[in-house]
Amino acid sequence: MNAIPERRADVNFYDVEAIRRDFPILSRTVHGKPLVFLDSAASAQKPQAVIDAVTSCYAEEYANIHRGVYFLSQLATEKFEGARKKVQRFLNAGEVREIVFTRSATEAINLVAASYGRKFLKRGDEVLLSEIEHHSNIVPWQMLRDEIGIELKVAPVDERGALRMDRFRALLTERTKLVAVTQMSNALGTVLPVVEMARLAHEAGARVLIDGCQAVPHMPVDVRAIDADFYVFSGHKLYGPSGIGVLYGKAELLEAMPPYQGGGDMIVSVSFEKSDYAPIPHKFEAGTPHIAGAIGLGAAIDYVTAIGLHRISNHEHALTTYATERLMGIDGVTLVGTAPGKGSILSFTVEGVHPHDVGTILDHHGIAVRAGHHCAQPVMDRFQVPATVRASLGMYNTEGEVDALAAALRKVREIFA
Amino acid sequence: MSELRDLYQEVILDHAKRPRNFGRPERFDHEAHGHNPLCGDKVDIFVILGEGGTVEDVRFEGRGCAISMASASLMTELLKGKTETEARTLFEHFHEMVTHEAGGDALPDAAPDDLERLEVLAGVRQFPMRVKCATLPWHTFNAALASERADGVTTE
Repeated sequence: MNAIPERRADVNFYDVEAIRRDFPILSRTVHGKPLVFLDSAASAQKPQAVIDAVTSCYAEEYANIHRGVYFLSQLATEKFEGARKKVQRFLNAGEVREIVFTRSATEAINLVAASYGRKFLKRGDEVLLSEIEHHSNIVPWQMLRDEIGIELKVAPVDERGALRMDRFRALLTERTKLVAVTQMSNALGTVLPVVEMARLAHEAGARVLIDGCQAVPHMPVDVRAIDADFYVFSGHKLYGPSGIGVLYGKAELLEAMPPYQGGGDMIVSVSFEKSDYAPIPHKFEAGTPHIAGAIGLGAAIDYVTAIGLHRISNHEHALTTYATERLMGIDGVTLVGTAPGKGSILSFTVEGVHPHDVGTILDHHGIAVRAGHHCAQPVMDRFQVPATVRASLGMYNTEGEVDALAAALRKVREIFA
Repeated sequence: MSELRDLYQEVILDHAKRPRNFGRPERFDHEAHGHNPLCGDKVDIFVILGEGGTVEDVRFEGRGCAISMASASLMTELLKGKTETEARTLFEHFHEMVTHEAGGDALPDAAPDDLERLEVLAGVRQFPMRVKCATLPWHTFNAALASERADGVTTE
């Protein structure tokens, strides 16, 4: 972390080796080989700054928040609310009370479906999704459909995995009340034009929820520039702890929504006749939250912003271009998802070899990749593959690691020749 | 890397590429569908029973990883002519083999030749995530035997 001020000085400077030294796990070996971690889209590794923040929370500054009059409780509350402030600045949200801490991005979407959806959507209203959503942005809406009779519409992607904007426009009608889409596909890497999609949605009178899980680690995000009504992301993909997620919602929407769960911390007063709910965001934060998780997420935000999301993005784009060339040079390897401007995810198949066999062989070369449907089965159906191998690149990955992947894939081809 | 060679031996790759007894038979007595949702392996098992409930024929269809396909292929070769009890015993031995370093001693005896042939899959025990790939066809075979006789299909 000490090196960061110097890193900040030159906009083009990106010392990936110095960054790697900040992540202790990257120095370990797996099956006797140096770890090559290419699964950050599932969950990213943690820098020492995050590990230290969590440790320090428990070792030096821990008590329950929003309760005690004593020093430690006040300190923990300050740290927790300080993390909320960091999230606000990170997303460029207008107000800190627009940031709700959740257990995960999944819980954030479920919160919106259960609270906003039940109150403001009615039978026959349409929710418009894209074909490349993660299950977490499909299933909550199906549950709501089954409960209150909304209808789900799905905007398709083309053969490269890019959204069919013509189809999106056509599906956007006066019946559309909510557009719920990912900013970046976890299975393909496709980046959706969310600014334009939100503008079109608002013109049609629909609200907009953006799933930013894959976007926030890879690009600067400004919820006001997008004009998102809701924006969700998870801590663990942003190099922070798991078990902590974020819901951003426009204040007037959050205020109009009923609570999601009832309990302590979300009320002002309780009697057996009636309870008065706390103001936002606390209305949505029943129960003792993941205090250390939020503080760890704050440290992760400090870490990536000190290095610079623009610089991380540039590094990952260059690496993605390099990896695409290397993989396409291997006989029998086919990339699934080649949308222009896509993020640092390479989904691919190896001819004649099931992705799980590829994953096992790569693992024995120390290379961690995801093999499967990536919680996006509709994407697999669209491209008519049962599963893919997915290599996802993070801020700490290198060309050397891509070379190791390419070499191991040639071994896969040899074994199955 | 020796563990990897243990897993992807020639025999397994051969069975995976050229599965034996592959394809849906015209008639069968029992069938079951097996699915491993995590990795997408799918297998359908078709069983034809002969006199006294012995397995006259067993065939399969499916798609999946090399381990699941090779396991299904080997299984169909070994189960032909077995009684239901012999088939279950063989699965118990196989299950022990792919989950424990040494085991199966407490089980009823199985034909040593059969166990020897199944030994090629013993390497999966080094890969806990892959054990279910190897056992999926066997579980599906058991489910087929436990199922009602397939509708409208008879060997009589």
